[in-house]
Amino acid sequence: MDARRARASLRGWGGVATMAVLCALALAFVLLLPCTQRVTAEPGRAAPRVATGAQARADDCTDAEAHERTLAPAGADGPTIEAIRARTGAKRKLVVGVDQNSYRWGYRNPNTEGARLEGFDIDLAHRIAEDILGDRNAVQFKAIPTNQRIPAIQDGRVDMVVRTMTITCDRLRQVAFSAPYFRTGQQVLAPKSSAITGYDGSLAGRKVCTATGSTAYAKLDADRKAGRLPGSTDLSTTVPNQLDCLVRLQLGEVDAVVTDGALAASQAAQDPTVELKGEAFTTEYYGVAMKKDADDLVRRVNRVLVDYAANGWQKSYDDWLSATLGKDPAASKPPAPRYLSGS
Amino acid sequence: MTHPPKSSAPPPAGAAGVPGIPAQPHALPVSPAQPHARTAPAVQPAPPARRTAFAEGAERLRAAATTEPGRLRIIGAVLALLVLGFGAVTAWQTSTRAAAADDVLRRSQPLSFGAAGIYRSLADANTAAAGTFLAGGQENAKSRDQYEKDIRQAAAGLVTAAANAEPGSAAEATVARLNRLLPEYKGLIERARTYNRQGYPVGGAYLRYADEKMQKHMLPAAQALYTTENRRLDADYGDATPYPWAAIALGLLALAALGWAQHRVYRRTHRVLNRGLVAATAATTAALLWLVVGHAVARSGLDGSYEHGIRSLNVLHEARIAALKARGNENLSLVARGADTVTVGGQTYDAHYYEFDKDMAVLRAALSEAARLADDGAGTAPVTAAQSDTAVWQRRHAAARAEDENGNYQQALDKVIGAKGATAECFDGVDRGLERAIGHERAEFRQAAGDGRDALAWLPQGAAALAVLGAAGSVAGIGRRLSEYR
Repeated sequence: MDARRARASLRGWGGVATMAVLCALALAFVLLLPCTQRVTAEPGRAAPRVATGAQARADDCTDAEAHERTLAPAGADGPTIEAIRARTGAKRKLVVGVDQNSYRWGYRNPNTEGARLEGFDIDLAHRIAEDILGDRNAVQFKAIPTNQRIPAIQDGRVDMVVRTMTITCDRLRQVAFSAPYFRTGQQVLAPKSSAITGYDGSLAGRKVCTATGSTAYAKLDADRKAGRLPGSTDLSTTVPNQLDCLVRLQLGEVDAVVTDGALAASQAAQDPTVELKGEAFTTEYYGVAMKKDADDLVRRVNRVLVDYAANGWQKSYDDWLSATLGKDPAASKPPAPRYLSGS
Repeated sequence: MTHPPKSSAPPPAGAAGVPGIPAQPHALPVSPAQPHARTAPAVQPAPPARRTAFAEGAERLRAAATTEPGRLRIIGAVLALLVLGFGAVTAWQTSTRAAAADDVLRRSQPLSFGAAGIYRSLADANTAAAGTFLAGGQENAKSRDQYEKDIRQAAAGLVTAAANAEPGSAAEATVARLNRLLPEYKGLIERARTYNRQGYPVGGAYLRYADEKMQKHMLPAAQALYTTENRRLDADYGDATPYPWAAIALGLLALAALGWAQHRVYRRTHRVLNRGLVAATAATTAALLWLVVGHAVARSGLDGSYEHGIRSLNVLHEARIAALKARGNENLSLVARGADTVTVGGQTYDAHYYEFDKDMAVLRAALSEAARLADDGAGTAPVTAAQSDTAVWQRRHAAARAEDENGNYQQALDKVIGAKGATAECFDGVDRGLERAIGHERAEFRQAAGDGRDALAWLPQGAAALAVLGAAGSVAGIGRRLSEYR
């Protein structure tokens, strides 16, 4: 009798406890949601709206116009720039997160003195350092892996990231971006002799390699589920770094690679027997990522980019990218910058 | 009660031969012979024919035992059998132990050592490959030679392991797998080098792929081979060291029987010494003593070789492999340049630096265990040297890592593969120290296990000869007594 009553009352408390746990879980889920979406940003998907003050700028964001959500250029020094300038001695450097493995973008050339970092991104970083610190070599490069780009900025390990980083709404919620400095899109890379013609039915039954957690994988997976890509396309090969896909392709373990056209071109530059197949099937923009509240730095970088577009961009393109992306830079040139209204 | 109609019929043939007994339905199928044998033993010829040879022999023995010469004959035969049995069991038990001890020394330990060598060569090749890769176009002849030497040693080790693997065994499959992977690995390394020389970052991707192949497939296979060979070594130890209880028990029994026989002779004849029996006792005692002492010496030698040799060797191999892996990860962190990360407990680390820290922890633990196990100055010195090198390595590595994390790649590279003050020196020191320590422990093992095996040398033959002598003695001794009855 007593036991049954106790059980009944326990059951009552159990219900309350379950509700409490569910509430806590829901709260945790809502709070953690932005974290889980750091890496797998999917372009073209409407961003979930989060109506908090801090994220007001990300409201109404769509990836198609995410690159327009940046501050208007200005040359005034603010707290962020002053802090960088206040560094003394050997530390008086702009700390820039870069890639060391993307040929022609940011890579160590082992055949230069001290295995120098070279590439399109590296040129831009030098240009920004020249503007802020007056010395184009006042840059401290930090190699950061793809999935560390945002944490490195948030933790203050780097002042900015110039590392083939696509501007997306998800990322805009965690960091600030400059205006775009390059236009690209997902593209298919395959051997010249391959029957694959592009992002279409010719991928049926083929093995496609992507980087783990990349935009490319998310897009392919979604398109395959939606039937825009043949269901027999094998996406099971994912690797830590997009460059590892070229290894798998050369060893014949996969038939094609999907990654940003710019990076696919950097792979093609290392192997004359592979080429880009078909047109880019998405449109993406690379931007310089900075800390979310570093408004003065964002404005300053945007001013540098305006100058750079007129003087420097073309030379850097010719130096590093024209060999694989074509003499005509029209497809890669970013659009005329647009900024947040009233900024 | 219903009986089948047969029961009321006339009794069958068996019962027909016993006319005096009326047909009894219940006793019928069982044995009509029983009551018959009891009632008329003389007329029945069947029982002797049915008796076994043993029973017959026992009967004859019992008959012989009624006379003194008969008894003496029996005693003589039993004594001779006991002594011969003791000799045979001793020869058998000691020869299996001697063979196992020989296997420990000449087969299973060298194979286990060889398997550890394969593992070491592979890990060392991987480390050297990453090192030469980092040096790029300026790769030096020394590290390139080291890599080639390691590959050759691994290949040679695989041939030895294959020759000693039983067909269809797990070891054979493992060796076949390694034989397949080795050229694959080498191909990847060569591609990595070629691309790196041309300045293409895909070279680094190839090297990381080769490293993945090594870490995920080849080293685990080599580890499995080492484990298999070590199990064989343990089994050989297990066969070589147990006390030969059966032989000892039989020896004691034979001695007791000899003593009893002599006492009996003394009681009957008041003669104190029967030369034959005394000789038999002496021979049996000598064989038993030889057995016990010889085995005790062999056992202590083998146990010593395990305690002071094998256990130290296992720990030292572990330390050496940990040092190699740590060095490989240190090199690879500079090759990967941040391309590999692991996330542990929400924190993201460079995968190779993370592994390096783990390897160094294993190395430190193994080294302090090795220092504890080392039992003389010659064994302790190289381990202590390796320990101090490890401490320096750790400090220099921290400095190199700080440079790398601050983006000073070239400075980090200099601190890792440079000529002076680089971690390369420390690693070389650790590896050299461990190599010396392994050489020393291996010599100790050989000495102790060799002593152990030699203690069993000639024991089977000697025990057999002594037993024959003893049996002859007891037969002669009893024969001497027996002749007094003729």
